[in-house]
Amino acid sequence: MADQADFAEEAMPLMGSLYSGALRMTRNPADAEDLVQETYLKAYRAFGSFQEGTNLKAWLYRILTNTFINSYRAKKRRPDESDLDDVEDLYLYRRLGGLEAAETGRSAEDELLDHVTDTQVKEAIESLPEQFRVAVLLADVEGFSYKEIAEILDIPIGTVMSRLHRGRKGLQKRLFEYAVERGLVTVPENPEVVEHAG
Amino acid sequence: MTDNPLKPQCEETYEEIWAYLDGELTEAKRAKIRTHLDECPPCEGAEHFEAELRLVISQRCRDEVPEALKLRIYEALRRAGGS
Repeated sequence: MADQADFAEEAMPLMGSLYSGALRMTRNPADAEDLVQETYLKAYRAFGSFQEGTNLKAWLYRILTNTFINSYRAKKRRPDESDLDDVEDLYLYRRLGGLEAAETGRSAEDELLDHVTDTQVKEAIESLPEQFRVAVLLADVEGFSYKEIAEILDIPIGTVMSRLHRGRKGLQKRLFEYAVERGLVTVPENPEVVEHAG
Repeated sequence: MTDNPLKPQCEETYEEIWAYLDGELTEAKRAKIRTHLDECPPCEGAEHFEAELRLVISQRCRDEVPEALKLRIYEALRRAGGS
C-alpha cells in the first residue's frame, strides 16, 4: 500500500518516459500532454492501490495505455489502424546484405545505425498500426518484459509475442525504406533508385 | 541476399534472435542459440546488429517534457490533494 504523499516524488521522474510513450501513441503533442496529465491524476487518486516494491513505471504505463485506448483512440482512429501486411519475410539485416558482408570497411548496416535520425526512428514507430506500435514501444523503447507487457495491455503473453514479432518486422521494413532512400542499399527490382549512392 | 543458402541452424537462430535478445528463451534454447552464435560469424553479426538497433531505437525515441506540462501536472496534483 503506497502513501499518496510520496506520489509526486516517485512518479514525477518517470514523466519523460510516459510523455515519450504518449507522443508515440497519440502522434500529437497536444493529445500527448492531455494524456499524460490525465494519467498522473488517475494514478495519484489510485496510488493507494499501488503495491510498494512493484514496478511503478509499469503501473503508470498500464493507466496511460488504458486511458489512451478508452479516450483517445476512439476519436483518432485512422482507416489504416488494423493490420500489418506484407512483413513476413523481412529481416532488415539480411535485406541490408549483412549476411554476405565479409568485406572490410563500412557496411550498409553500420551506416544505417549511425545515420538514422531521431525523427526517422520516431516516424517509423508511429507508422505502425496501433496494436503493433504499442507493443514495440513497450518492449524496445521502454524495455518491459513480455509478462509486464501482457499485464499492461491485459492480453495473453502469446499475443504479446506475435504483436511484437510483426511490429518489429514492420518497423524494420520502414527502416529499410530509409536505407534505400539514403542510397545505402540497392533494390534489385529497381536499381536506378540508388544511382547517387554515397 | 535471401538467395544465399543458409544452414538450418542459421534459420532457427534468425527466428529466435529477438526472443534471445529479449531474454525470454528457456535456458536450454538460449544455450543452443548462444552455441551457434559463437561458431557462426554471420549470425553473430546479425545478433550485434539487432542489439545495436534496439539501442538506437530506445535512444532516439526520447522527447523532452515541456516545462509547462510539468507545471500543469504539479498544479493539478496539488489541487487534487486538496491543499
